[in-house]
Amino acid sequence: MTMLSERQQLSYIASQAADARLNVELETEGMTLNIGPQHPATHGTLRIIARLDGEQVIWAEPSAGYMHRGYEKLTEVRTFPQVTSLINRIDWLGSFANEVPFILAAEKLMEIEAPPRAQHIRTILFELSRIANVGLFLGDLGVQMGAITPVFLAFRDREYVLNLIEGATGGRFHPNFDRIGGLKDDLPQGWIDETRQVMKKLRGFCDEIEDLLFGNEIFQSRTRGIGVIPADVARQYGLSGANLRASGVDWDLRRDQSLPMAWDKVDFKVWTHPDGDSWARCWVRLQEVRESTKIVDQLLDTMPAGPVMAKVPRIIKVPEGEAWVSTENPLGEMGYYVVSKGDLGPFRVKIRSASFNNISITPWVLKGVYVPDIITILASLYFILGDIDR
Amino acid sequence: MPKLPGLIKGLGVTMGTLVRTVKDGANTVQYPHAKESPPVRARGVIALREDNCTACMLCARSCPDWCIYIEAHKQLAPPRRAGGKPRQVNHLDRFDIDYALCMYCGICVEVCPFDALFWSPEYEYSEPRIADLLHDKTKLGEWMETVPEAPALEVGAEKKK
Amino acid sequence: MIAQLAVEIPYWGQSLLRVVGGLVAVLLPAGTIVYLFLFKMMSFMQSRLGPMEAGPFGSMQLFAEVGKWLQKEDIVPENADARIYKIAPIIVLVSTFLLVVVIPFGPDAWFTNFSAGVFYALAIGSVSVIGILVAGWSSANKYSLLGGLRAAGQLIAYELPMVLAVVGVVIQAGSMNLQDIVMAQNTGEIFGWSGIGFPFVLTQFVGFLIFMIAVQAELTQAPFDMPIAESELVSGYMTEYSGFRFLMFFIGEFATAGVFALIASVLFLGGWGIPFSWFGWETIDQVDNWMNIAGPVIMFTKMMVLTGIIMWVRFSYPRFREDQLQRFAWKVLIPLSLANIAVTAIVKVVV
Repeated sequence: MTMLSERQQLSYIASQAADARLNVELETEGMTLNIGPQHPATHGTLRIIARLDGEQVIWAEPSAGYMHRGYEKLTEVRTFPQVTSLINRIDWLGSFANEVPFILAAEKLMEIEAPPRAQHIRTILFELSRIANVGLFLGDLGVQMGAITPVFLAFRDREYVLNLIEGATGGRFHPNFDRIGGLKDDLPQGWIDETRQVMKKLRGFCDEIEDLLFGNEIFQSRTRGIGVIPADVARQYGLSGANLRASGVDWDLRRDQSLPMAWDKVDFKVWTHPDGDSWARCWVRLQEVRESTKIVDQLLDTMPAGPVMAKVPRIIKVPEGEAWVSTENPLGEMGYYVVSKGDLGPFRVKIRSASFNNISITPWVLKGVYVPDIITILASLYFILGDIDR
Repeated sequence: MPKLPGLIKGLGVTMGTLVRTVKDGANTVQYPHAKESPPVRARGVIALREDNCTACMLCARSCPDWCIYIEAHKQLAPPRRAGGKPRQVNHLDRFDIDYALCMYCGICVEVCPFDALFWSPEYEYSEPRIADLLHDKTKLGEWMETVPEAPALEVGAEKKK
Repeated sequence: MIAQLAVEIPYWGQSLLRVVGGLVAVLLPAGTIVYLFLFKMMSFMQSRLGPMEAGPFGSMQLFAEVGKWLQKEDIVPENADARIYKIAPIIVLVSTFLLVVVIPFGPDAWFTNFSAGVFYALAIGSVSVIGILVAGWSSANKYSLLGGLRAAGQLIAYELPMVLAVVGVVIQAGSMNLQDIVMAQNTGEIFGWSGIGFPFVLTQFVGFLIFMIAVQAELTQAPFDMPIAESELVSGYMTEYSGFRFLMFFIGEFATAGVFALIASVLFLGGWGIPFSWFGWETIDQVDNWMNIAGPVIMFTKMMVLTGIIMWVRFSYPRFREDQLQRFAWKVLIPLSLANIAVTAIVKVVV
């Protein structure tokens, strides 16, 4: 549990003083800067309205919704397979992970479980999407800070993972592979050996990024002590995923929940960090990528044989009921609340996406920081617009 | 801040990548001079096998974007055996897939009960006019030549019946 | 200037040659740096090949880019201060051209031979600050304004370490004339051995480092590129410029990099000469005429090496925050350069 760092306290006091200056002295007006929807730094169309005094932020507010696609309305008029293909596109970087909680909720309502091989492959693809997503984050981090090289290395190594996913499912970004009761298809021949080699390459990539970016003193001075979020504040605002773990809270849904997936069959470490600053958030994500490669290796070694689809009727009608399932997605905790009335499609789906809660902390954490630090903090919080706006 | 090892190591990584690119070549493919071949299951374009299609409309109904347009009429076909009744079959008039709308989700290929739709990894069919992206029956039939064999499955998979 | 070449050239011919030579001296390094380092070296460091289509291995890419920028619409924002907006890129580019006239390229291949060449060079190097500040202010854009203000603070802060680092060289050479500095390095001896002359980088290593860091900051290259800061300010003070004006900023950035590298090679690496002991020359009159042709080539090579290092650092590091930048300049670089001057002066008097 960290106390507010001294720097943060000082910046609070400074921002209060700046606010007071603005109110009392009418000559100087604070400048309202629109870190607008079109901007190289925000991962998409997020708008942050910031009131500045010189280079310091007095207050900031995120204004989301520029990318709202009406997912929850769309799901009301579509069948379950159609919804599965649509929700791939919520978090488009780690897209298999979006399908899984929805399918698990539907399976919970139907009271069936996928066969063990399907559970295994689902978990492998889930972890692969985590590697793809957070691997890109590590590169993107560089660009936000000004280092232009890591992002190319990240894209280069992400290609290996995308080729793997394409070999198994047919689609690089939108696999659309999960079905109620199991998976669409089994894995093609040679996939397991290829995956092992790719995991080795990704561990090398993590080492490279650690040397190039994390070991760099400039990067450390840009991120250490910036944007400290104490653990209780993080919990109050509903942060999840690596943001929560970087504030020292030991919370991982893969380990704490029992779902019909294969995480309980592997050994993995949940990484936390006691400071809650930007450095901690970035560092925790780097370790998570490494841990995911180890999880995939263990799962590949223990893959059971068997069918990948349970016995389900041709036309699936999910019985009446309500179910909530949430999983530890690459961005945080993603959950689906599915209400079914016995039809071909859901009656109502509520999507709890991680990034929406993650950026709700922006007004609190951006008080009193400098303009470059806005970018650092947003980069370390890591959100995807599709996840915020749905 | 005098130069500490962290900064030097970073320089070493970039120089190492440069040397590796010079020796082993870049990680990029110089399209269109060299082309990558996508994996067998890649979802490039959908091909139609007209003989198998009975215009059951399952694919058109299950498409999330409603991009398949089917028109058919019933007609009499000769009986299977001599001396039997003439059968009523659906004759396909029009089967268009609008690739400007298609999400490449694959639900149509999956639900087809008669194995009339197949995936093919072809991807070079962009057109200067959007209207040309509506592929009709004949064009979809031409894609059938590019459909590969289904790949062999991994160890431990159940044999397909 | 080239009076030693056994050809009588009328005065207007000599002036024309000087103008052409000046243009070449500025634009050729800029073009080569942009192609070799920005397009190719950066791409190879990122596991890709860079431009390959325009010309063999993409060598014509720069001309294609110039053509593209020239045919763009020339926009002046409505609220911008039009006259100053149009002047700003010219100020930046003119300061580069003024800087190159004082650099010696050979024993007789120079444009002007000021007796206080170093003084002039450092003074002119500061003129581009006005151009950048004015560009940021007159653009009527909050992002440009932020970029311009950051640039003003940064560039002025880093002028001092640059000047102080050079003072050590001047003390050691005993003259502010750049040609004399080159001669001192090429005819000098290290502990009586004149195998490699006496490039000042050996004793002035701290000064060299400080100079290179200050140059990196003067060029607003990463890690000191807060004024441009692509991921925050889009292009900083250059955001509103398009067409030919942007091209002037672009060329100016890389031309200035080349020219500063030329100055650094004159001050620290021995300029246009290779050690004179290899040829047995003692004074400047003994240097052969072919050195007038070989001198520019040698300078070009040394400039390429130094610019390569500048660009290598640019591609590898993230950027400093503005206050960290200032803290680094005022609290670390200036005391270090003052200490360097003190030690140099003491050693010069004692030894």
